[in-house]
Amino acid sequence: MAYNDKVIDHYENPRNVGSMDKEDESVGTGLVGAPACGDVMRLQIKVNDDGVIEDAKFKTFGCGSAIASSSLVTEWVKGKSLDYAENLKNTEIVQELSLPPVKVHCSVLAEDAIKAAVADWKKKKSAQSGDAQTEQAAEAEGQAEQRA
Amino acid sequence: MISLPIYMDYNSTTPLDPRVREAMAPYETDQFGNAASRSHKFGWVAEEAVETAREQVADLIGATSAEIIFTSGATESDNLALKGVAHLYGMTRAEKLMLDSLAKAKQDGSIPNAEDLVPPKFGSVDLDEVAEKGANEVFASRGDHIITLETEHKAILDSAKRLEKEGFRVTYLPVEQNGLVNLDKLREAITPDTILVSIMYANNEIGVLQPIAEIGKICREHKVLFHTDAVQAVGKVPMDVNEMNIDLLSISAHKMYGPKGVGALYVRRRKPRVRLEAVIDGGGHERGMRSGTLNVAGIVGLGKAAALCKELMDEEAKRMIELRNRFWSKIRDNLDEVYMNGDEEARLPGNLNISFAFVEGEALMMAIKDVAVSSGSACTSASLEPSYVLRSLGVGDDLAHSSIRFGMGRFTTDEEVDYVADLVVERVKKLRDMSPLYEMFKEGIDLNSIEWAAH
Repeated sequence: MAYNDKVIDHYENPRNVGSMDKEDESVGTGLVGAPACGDVMRLQIKVNDDGVIEDAKFKTFGCGSAIASSSLVTEWVKGKSLDYAENLKNTEIVQELSLPPVKVHCSVLAEDAIKAAVADWKKKKSAQSGDAQTEQAAEAEGQAEQRA
Repeated sequence: MISLPIYMDYNSTTPLDPRVREAMAPYETDQFGNAASRSHKFGWVAEEAVETAREQVADLIGATSAEIIFTSGATESDNLALKGVAHLYGMTRAEKLMLDSLAKAKQDGSIPNAEDLVPPKFGSVDLDEVAEKGANEVFASRGDHIITLETEHKAILDSAKRLEKEGFRVTYLPVEQNGLVNLDKLREAITPDTILVSIMYANNEIGVLQPIAEIGKICREHKVLFHTDAVQAVGKVPMDVNEMNIDLLSISAHKMYGPKGVGALYVRRRKPRVRLEAVIDGGGHERGMRSGTLNVAGIVGLGKAAALCKELMDEEAKRMIELRNRFWSKIRDNLDEVYMNGDEEARLPGNLNISFAFVEGEALMMAIKDVAVSSGSACTSASLEPSYVLRSLGVGDDLAHSSIRFGMGRFTTDEEVDYVADLVVERVKKLRDMSPLYEMFKEGIDLNSIEWAAH
């Protein structure tokens, strides 16, 4: 199977490989997939008080397309709002990387990973300090949305 | 100097040896005769070349030349062995019931000419005898049961499935963790209805060598025919069809430095004389077992390849084992969490199948893209299932996804082995730096304790 140039580029020069402290309250972590299925993605985002994704990191066990899909997503979400991240569609990844049908599941996994990371961050925020601050967070999110 | 790309997929196919190509050349040009033409020189020359090749192939496996049937390749040989034996020696339960019904119809007069309705393939059937004793007893020797392995090549598995559709029963024996058949399980599986055991000599993915001589002995004791798909092993390890009690054996030319599109089936002629129902009908070539004009140049190539393998085998096997050990040592000394799939001792000289935990096979293949290898990972095929062979060994799906098959052969050099081993070590490390699973493993997290969402 011949790979698309963009897949090869992301695979050979993956952006934002790494880990963040998952205990850090400003970090949201999404771990999706299963080793038995041949792909596991861990995507992490660091969100600032304004609800903007300041940094994103990933580690992926999977084929070249899975690595490229997660690398691409970290690149896309950096500097964007949570809302942008949550609404990212796998079809955009498919299009950008020209993934063939057998690799579409890689893009689905990347979408799941970013959504799981956002959900994790939100869960932390609400658990952390009750309703009042959740509102604050929601407000922050709203502001970020406006900016985005 | 290393020249790229490097070919390390010798279990998939092998390059044509220049000496083989040279031997074939005249038969692709001036000597174009049909080996079946008995009336002129062109035919005689072709026939002589075919007969020489037949002797060369027979010589490699301890057979006589009359026992070699040329085919289009091992897939055809496997099909011919299984279907040919089943159709000639077997009878399904439904067929026996049909004979019982015809016998009964003859007795009660409802079908007076019942004998005419017996399909000729059963030979002359005495319906009165069937009515008296039952078809099951009259045709007690014509069973409906075949035994094979879960880890066989698809040419065997799919032929067996086809026979199941016709009403035959097939037992697919599992293998042990080292990839080898359990001989006690084989003995237990043999019943009075068993007509054939088909067990591969060497596995194409993991390279393990089955205990063929022991299997042959068991089959002979139980008077069951024994076929072996020896595609990967012929020319690589010594074998003798008589010492090993092999009745049928499949051979492919392109796995032993011969051309593609030609193979052979060894069919025992003495003690017992094995007969087959043809799969391809026509002019009655190859003792009626395989019609079709012979591929003279291809057959000459197969013969020459066999002769070369016989001549070079000892030396080549020794060198392959050295290369394999050298490669494996480099991998094992420089990486943690690597596993050799299949028995470490009972394996083909040039084959290594390794699982690199926490790294996905296709990603690794992409990382060593100038090296031709194959992977047991799902991602290489349209299906998302990992290798059924590794599964049968009890290798977890995660490690099956992490496996790579390295096949070394006649033209593999020491330098290539060192280069590839170093490259693999470097790239596995790089991919592990990128693997969340390796990080978790290093943190001491038991990956099996996590509830993964299957997708």
